[in-house]
Amino acid sequence: MRARIILPGRAAGAVLRLEDPVSFWGGVDPYSGTLTDPRSPHCGTRVGGRVLMVPETRGSSSSSAVMLELLSAGLAPAAIVMGRLDAILGLGILVAREMGWHTIPLLVLPPADQAGYCDGEQVAIAEDGTIGRL
Amino acid sequence: MKPSMPLELSPEDEAVLAGRDGPAAAMALRIVADTARMLGADRLIDIASAHIDGCLYHGDSGTLFAERLLADGGRVKVPTTLNVGALDLVHPGRERLGAEQAGMARRLMAAYAGLGCRESWTCAPYQAGHRPALGQDVAWGESNAVVFCNSVLGARTNRYGDFLDICAAITGRAPRAGLHLPENRRATLLVDAAGLPPALVAEDAFYPVLGAWLGAAVGDRIAAIDGLPRGLAEDRLKALGAAAASTGSVGLFHVVGVTPEAPDRATAFGGLAPAEIIALQPAMLEQARRRLSTGTLPPDGKIDAVAIGSPHLSEAEIDALVAGLAGRHVAIPFYACTGRHVLDRLGDGRRAALDAAGVTLIADTCIVVTPILSSASGLLVTNSGKFAHYTPSTTGWDVLYGSLTDCIESAVAGRLARDEAIWR
Repeated sequence: MRARIILPGRAAGAVLRLEDPVSFWGGVDPYSGTLTDPRSPHCGTRVGGRVLMVPETRGSSSSSAVMLELLSAGLAPAAIVMGRLDAILGLGILVAREMGWHTIPLLVLPPADQAGYCDGEQVAIAEDGTIGRL
Repeated sequence: MKPSMPLELSPEDEAVLAGRDGPAAAMALRIVADTARMLGADRLIDIASAHIDGCLYHGDSGTLFAERLLADGGRVKVPTTLNVGALDLVHPGRERLGAEQAGMARRLMAAYAGLGCRESWTCAPYQAGHRPALGQDVAWGESNAVVFCNSVLGARTNRYGDFLDICAAITGRAPRAGLHLPENRRATLLVDAAGLPPALVAEDAFYPVLGAWLGAAVGDRIAAIDGLPRGLAEDRLKALGAAAASTGSVGLFHVVGVTPEAPDRATAFGGLAPAEIIALQPAMLEQARRRLSTGTLPPDGKIDAVAIGSPHLSEAEIDALVAGLAGRHVAIPFYACTGRHVLDRLGDGRRAALDAAGVTLIADTCIVVTPILSSASGLLVTNSGKFAHYTPSTTGWDVLYGSLTDCIESAVAGRLARDEAIWR
């Protein structure tokens, strides 16, 4: 499947597919990269190195700060695939680029298409936004 | 997928990018312009003011970014207020941060002050004198401030994430996109509240629950709520918006007959028909109310703390607290979070009453953004939809939602005293 590229790049990793919308602030611990919302069935899972697929990002405007902190600490997902564009996470990635830190690709793929990928399966993201199974 | 127009920059923008105003302004404008490209904006617009959420410490990266802007000669170009930080600078020692983290949090706050921002340190800047006019373009961060600014003031802002807020303040520019465009501010969804019991709608505790329901139900769509009483108090709209911006990504809502862009239904919908109509039923609200509580009450009914003030308490809300306490003392920690703009107006009488009651006043920050609660877990009672939503994930505490009266009576008794009659 080919996703729309918001910020380009190549990445590979195991899919972490969330069913519910997530707010990075209040939903991901910036010091460990762990999902922290006890209302989520994935609470306790680390996002680091995963190809994170989320139907929607919600909530706090501090999510960009959590994104930047994860990138600077090496705890960020390998890539983020959102169901709908939210510039707040992209902003954290842009600032990381300005600071000379590691960056990751950011893509948009509708939730119905995300459902074609299984949680845990290995995928690679190409420059053109194709998400291929490994 | 529609192809987006390339971003067209003004000669002034090009000069700033080329370094005319120094490296900080150039970096800030690169970030604004790249965000505009992400959003598919065709150009940038001028903004009249900014509210900065990036001054809250989430790790050293944010401090390093702010200090880079300062070292490179950054300075805000428009009037700019600051959201909460991780430290209560008025009451040192309230927060339980390690020395290293507190030091970095202090450096972060100092860097933003050094960039020329007003040291307001509040998530309710709109009650601290920062009230842009109807139709004015601004760049605000902090989800509750954004939704209040758009909905209640009718000024125009998108949900500016941390870092973009300060970049917009330094450059005075923002992407022409989203809620800056009048055609994107129309309601598409009608929420009909006329069928709800008037006694419920008359309660303060109804509004955070309505907001929590709204955010979960609409995501980022724009709703117009009809059937609420005219002349709705500003603090109720504040509580509604804060909860909606926590459970959803609501940046703007209208209340027909109340908020400035919705004098009537037709105006709220820009003359078009609603794409969807939801008739609010008490059962829908009951589900939202249940989701605001995560804790199970122990058999003895004991709770560990009460917290109110997200968004920061207004002067009127402090008055309601003082009146509700009626000279009694709390039996468990009671945190009341507000801004220094309110503390400055309290005078001796109300301050003394709160001190005598044993209430812990928190300024400049709050209990979900920095460690303040006295242990790693416990059971908290709150009347704030936003505290109820974020407390479990940010503090490890469980939470029970109730009215201000429930909060006060529970704190005085040391065990839950919740009147659920209004919900039946």
